[in-house]
Amino acid sequence: MQHYWQEISALTMRWVLRLSREKFSMLFTLVQPMLFWLIFFGNLFQRAADTQVTQAPNYISFLAAGVVVMTVLNNGLAGGVDLLFDKENGFLERLMSTPIHRSSVILSRFIFVMTITSLQVLVILGVAFLFGVQPATGLLGIATILLIGMMFGVGLTSISMAMAFSVKSHGDFFSVLGFLSLPMIFLSSALVPLSAMPGWMSVLAQFNPMTWAIDAVRPLILSGWSEALPHVGMVVVVMLVFDALCLYGGAKAFRRAMG
Amino acid sequence: MDRTIAINVSHLCKSYDGHKAIDDLSFHVYAGEIFGLLGPNGAGKSTMLRTLITLLHPTSGAATVLGHDTVREADVVRTLFGYVPQERAIDRFLTGREHLELLGALYHLTKEEAARRIAELLKLVELEAHADRPAKTYSGGMKRKLDIACGLLPDPKILFLDEPTLGLDVPSRLRIWEYVRMLKARGMTVLMTTNYLDEADQLCDRIAIIDGGKIKTLGAPAELKIALGGDIVSLTIKETARIGALAAAVTGQPAIRTVNTTATGLDIRVESAEKAIPAILDAANRLGCRLEFIDYHRPRLDDVFIAHTGRSMKDDLPTKEE
Ligand SMILES: Nc1ncnc2c1ncn2[C@@H]1O[C@H](COP(=O)(O)OP(=O)(O)O)[C@@H](O)[C@H]1O
Ligand SMILES: [Mg+2]
Repeated sequence: MQHYWQEISALTMRWVLRLSREKFSMLFTLVQPMLFWLIFFGNLFQRAADTQVTQAPNYISFLAAGVVVMTVLNNGLAGGVDLLFDKENGFLERLMSTPIHRSSVILSRFIFVMTITSLQVLVILGVAFLFGVQPATGLLGIATILLIGMMFGVGLTSISMAMAFSVKSHGDFFSVLGFLSLPMIFLSSALVPLSAMPGWMSVLAQFNPMTWAIDAVRPLILSGWSEALPHVGMVVVVMLVFDALCLYGGAKAFRRAMG
Repeated sequence: MDRTIAINVSHLCKSYDGHKAIDDLSFHVYAGEIFGLLGPNGAGKSTMLRTLITLLHPTSGAATVLGHDTVREADVVRTLFGYVPQERAIDRFLTGREHLELLGALYHLTKEEAARRIAELLKLVELEAHADRPAKTYSGGMKRKLDIACGLLPDPKILFLDEPTLGLDVPSRLRIWEYVRMLKARGMTVLMTTNYLDEADQLCDRIAIIDGGKIKTLGAPAELKIALGGDIVSLTIKETARIGALAAAVTGQPAIRTVNTTATGLDIRVESAEKAIPAILDAANRLGCRLEFIDYHRPRLDDVFIAHTGRSMKDDLPTKEE
């Protein structure tokens, strides 16, 4: 047990070190979601968005939940990239040839991605706060948002790692990634509520776990507990199923790649 | 002499999609020797090592490291060896010291023990002055030295080296040969792969020549050369179009054993050079082949390779990295 902890913390520290050495990437990681989505799109579409449709005081406050979940999506789907590079340059082989628990590398990656994602979510909520968006459910609501983000993130990161272990080249990896992430965003309630979508779209969006996450996060920010609780209960169930499926697939891909 | 066996490989096969990367390999490595797997690119050397480091499961057959099965007792096996992969498995954003510290934790060393070994290893591979620079600033030779330090960090009984000098300049190669000899002197068992004939010849106590996933011959380099017997006569011919005709003319002549055509001439194994050369020159004259160069020598390791694989190692020398 003590060994397990020693391995995982050393491997996690490596991800932190890497991020801190990539100054540009670190800055980008923190700034990108708030700059791009919240400020840029929030203000751009402020006038186009009809508050009757969004059911929110302004478009920024509507968008905040979407940006939170999109950040989780992007981080999760990119969560396997570093392992992909490790696999390609032989570093993963070096790690796996040491007497570590077979799960340590993967767990370290989960811990790292979840921590970074949570920090980003806090930054986004902080920026939204500066624009006057006060989370209706307070600190406990923020904790709930982080929990939902992590539950969604675990599944996404599993998908990403499974892909990293399965693909033949990193070109394939990034093609699939691009192919996955945009439809996930547009076929969800991130930018527009389901009620405002064409029928076929809202049907598809209902099968998107991202929609469930957003529909729980949004009332936590906009409305309050009474409205949010049923959604939160629902999303926990949806995410448990989603994570179970993704973890199962991820474990299979990992075992195939690493003996 | 009765010697301890450190690594035993028995009828090992590994297939990828029906293609046999290694095909019924059997050999053993004695404790304390430097054993080399010599073969061209794609021969199956890395596949063999990946099986021993427990990261590949054999399709059939088995291997043991210090008596422990690489599949059933993988956990134990992983505590016994150090591994230096073929690729520079280096994280460009970490410093040399951080690489070693990470591995120290993965081998469950205490902080003090890790620090002691790291200081020792950095000194050994002469990276002390560069230990706190990110590895992306290292030269190819420095990366290789860091690789080797990483392989030695667990203070293993057995070291696996996959093409340790591939693509390095001459001084770095010689340096690495020195380390390997020193490790042997300390009692370490080294299993290494190479596609350099001179490296196998000068560094290894015993070698197995492998080609197409199969062992073609195995023994000490000197033994293998002696076993070939006789001398080798090499001809370089101006009229390359007539190489085939000349080969046919000398084949089967007295004192001539085997004839191999090369791109520029012939490699002929003979009983003795004195008897064979007049006959060869005679045949060349008759066919109007002008000789650009003629040389005879005792068998070298490349002759051993040709004799057992039917082709020259030089025919597909790997493209150099870096
Ligand atoms: N992961 C893999 N999938 C499919 N084929 C592989 C894989 N790894 C190696 N091979 C094939 O197995 C053969 C032996 O490869 P390898 O062991 O790397 O040779 P060497 O190290 O001697 O150059 C080659 O034909 C190679 O293409
Ligand atoms: Mg190889």
